[in-house]
Amino acid sequence: MMLPHFPQLNPILARLMLGVVVLLIIGTIVGAVLARRARSETARATVANLNARVRAWWVMVAVFAIAVATGGVGSIVLFAAMSFLALREFMTLTPTSRADHGVLLWAFFIFAPIQYLLVWMQWYGLFAILIPVYAFVTIPGRMALAGDTTRFLERTATVQWGLLACVYCVSYAPALLMLVVPGYAGGRTGLLFYLVLIAQLNDVLQYTFGKLAGKRPIAPTVSPNKTWEGFIGGTVTTVAIGTALWWATPFPPLVAAAMSLVITIMGFAGGLTMSAIKRDRGVKDFGALIQGHGGVLDRVDSLLFAAPVYFHLIRFFYVP
Amino acid sequence: MIERALARLARVIAGASVRWTSPPGPPAVQRVYFANHGSHLDFVLIWSALPAGVRVRTRPIAGADYWLRGRVRRYLATRVFRAVLIERGAQVGHGRVESGVDPIAEIVEAMGNDTSIIFFPEGTRSPDGTLLPFRSGLYHLCQRKPALELVPVYLDNLTRILPKGEVMPVPLLSRVTFGAPLRLEPGEEKRVFLTRMREALMALRDA
Repeated sequence: MMLPHFPQLNPILARLMLGVVVLLIIGTIVGAVLARRARSETARATVANLNARVRAWWVMVAVFAIAVATGGVGSIVLFAAMSFLALREFMTLTPTSRADHGVLLWAFFIFAPIQYLLVWMQWYGLFAILIPVYAFVTIPGRMALAGDTTRFLERTATVQWGLLACVYCVSYAPALLMLVVPGYAGGRTGLLFYLVLIAQLNDVLQYTFGKLAGKRPIAPTVSPNKTWEGFIGGTVTTVAIGTALWWATPFPPLVAAAMSLVITIMGFAGGLTMSAIKRDRGVKDFGALIQGHGGVLDRVDSLLFAAPVYFHLIRFFYVP
Repeated sequence: MIERALARLARVIAGASVRWTSPPGPPAVQRVYFANHGSHLDFVLIWSALPAGVRVRTRPIAGADYWLRGRVRRYLATRVFRAVLIERGAQVGHGRVESGVDPIAEIVEAMGNDTSIIFFPEGTRSPDGTLLPFRSGLYHLCQRKPALELVPVYLDNLTRILPKGEVMPVPLLSRVTFGAPLRLEPGEEKRVFLTRMREALMALRDA
């Protein structure tokens, strides 16, 4: 266990950031032009939705830039806040009972903060098992003590699941700061930036291809908006961009392609899973914090399953 | 200043989104915002969700026994929320002993001719979020002031955030829904009126 040392903004990160800002400027201009040209009611609604997304992206990029510029701490605080808000959205939609009050307090005020404290301390051993092991062996007992046995298994499982998805999985993104890949010039934040960039790019591209050419839904009962056309178009484009950005990663081009593919597939799985939960609970979005983006959970759903897998692949193959 | 900051803080803590199914009226109209009651946060949240101009003319009706206990609570109740504190009398068994004061008369006096109130017609906090039967206070109030506009306000999820008997709130999201104003019809019978009000409130839950 070692206290972190925070890298300054390195050239690789600076170039990636610049690229994103240029993309956003283009997006903003295109949005403004489209808004002038849109005539029909539906076209106007689509353009308004697109522009709201671009505006939200500006906010997210600004927040992310500040977080990265302040070194590790900024990113950890940023993801901790996102975990907290995501957990809040998740638990709001989950039917818990009056007796679960104590356990919910644990989730919000004990497990979530400790998980991020461990990320900051870079204590990998406990970080990796805190929620899978220690939350799992303490929450059910506390809940049983509260005395309500109605749907007991379902209630403990939901609280555990919420913690795993919104706190444990999300915390794997800033946990990338723990990984030191020898000879990689992008520093620790470079790995994190690449993950977020590819996951979010995939989100946008699947949405765009789906809007443009989407016909055959992949899982019509879960989400009519996730189509084969969107999935394939988004994945191919994202992997192409991810491969082209191999210079920003510690990977050779082929491995960068494989990593991007893993991120896009896990990102898709995360989004689909969250859609299934939302469908079950009868809502469209998890919250309304970021304009045009639904809730925080709707934004991080593509990171949920991608972050841990990406983390462990790098840790296994690239960290001595 | 402190009022505005507190109102914002309350909305952030309770993750509240606010919906008006009909627009908020001009501040001068005297209204009764009546809501389902499950948490000590209830009136704070309704108060914080009102437009600032309306808020300064709106006073919550709250139990003196709870809100006069402790210095912070007393300060908040009397200075910030300017609550009309009603002596509920000592509780004996399941019923209540009359405390010798007429709460409706106190409320009417506190309202004067320019103040609106926040009122919980169930009379107590529901332990599990289900809507309890309405007590007759709302009816007696309207008999004395028939011009009052009655605005149903449905509070979602506050019972889960801070249920009866808990001290620490769980930071879940909540929602405040304001309905369209209603009135006591001339000659309307007490039971009919109270049922109509209760149903108007229930209807907001699924609105």
